[in-house]
Amino acid sequence: MIQILFFFFAALAAGAAINVLVQKHVLYSALSLILMLIAISGLFILLRADFLAMIQIIVYAGAIMVLFVFVIMLLNLPADEDGADRLRWLKFIGIPLGLFFLFLVSATLWNVEAGSGTPSTFTGSPRAIGQSLFTDYVLPFEATSLLILIALVGAVVFAKKDL
Amino acid sequence: MIPASWFLILSAVLFLIGVLGFFLKRNIIALLLSVEIMLNAVNLTFVVFSNQHRQISGQIFVFFVLVVASAEAAVGLALVIAIFRNRETLNVDRSNLLKW
Repeated sequence: MIQILFFFFAALAAGAAINVLVQKHVLYSALSLILMLIAISGLFILLRADFLAMIQIIVYAGAIMVLFVFVIMLLNLPADEDGADRLRWLKFIGIPLGLFFLFLVSATLWNVEAGSGTPSTFTGSPRAIGQSLFTDYVLPFEATSLLILIALVGAVVFAKKDL
Repeated sequence: MIPASWFLILSAVLFLIGVLGFFLKRNIIALLLSVEIMLNAVNLTFVVFSNQHRQISGQIFVFFVLVVASAEAAVGLALVIAIFRNRETLNVDRSNLLKW
């Protein structure tokens, strides 16, 4: 049963990710990426990372992707113009090389054995994450607030009228 | 129980799709979306190993990756708006002022 769920979410994630590349208009790519994020959130639940699954939907699909869609609609873009392009032939080299790379990586990853830990009731609950975040990782956590402040100021400056 | 290698291979597939998109697409916003795909593939790997080794640190790292991704999206999209205002196009091949 759980394998069926895994294959469902894995196929959904991979298919949506490929659809991001195939779509001509970037708005459809963004919508397809939202589908991929939701599929990955389902995989997080299979891995017992409940808090991250919720955060994935709320922050990624709910905030970041809304920002993307907002900008795409604000700019009122024409359809993608990568038709007559001097880099077109790269597709015929890049995709086989990428698949070869994937084959090498998969051959290595196929033999990853199970971890040594006991199969206890390990969960990424909000309680466990919060406890770790505010004791062991409190300095990086505070540093991220500085990062977000810098990003905020930077975004405002870049988007100003007279850059 | 699902073997960890299945998750890792799925993560490799997603990362590969992201890399291909980054090199094959010519639209700046599509490039940013490809970067998001790659970040999600790495997040999946972090969570798999966190589950394997019964340690919460991997999930904390995913949390930080999320923060950095949101900052990157905000600054990147502000840059996209600035570029579009100045050049009326989002094709990365047209922005070649620094190219020799």
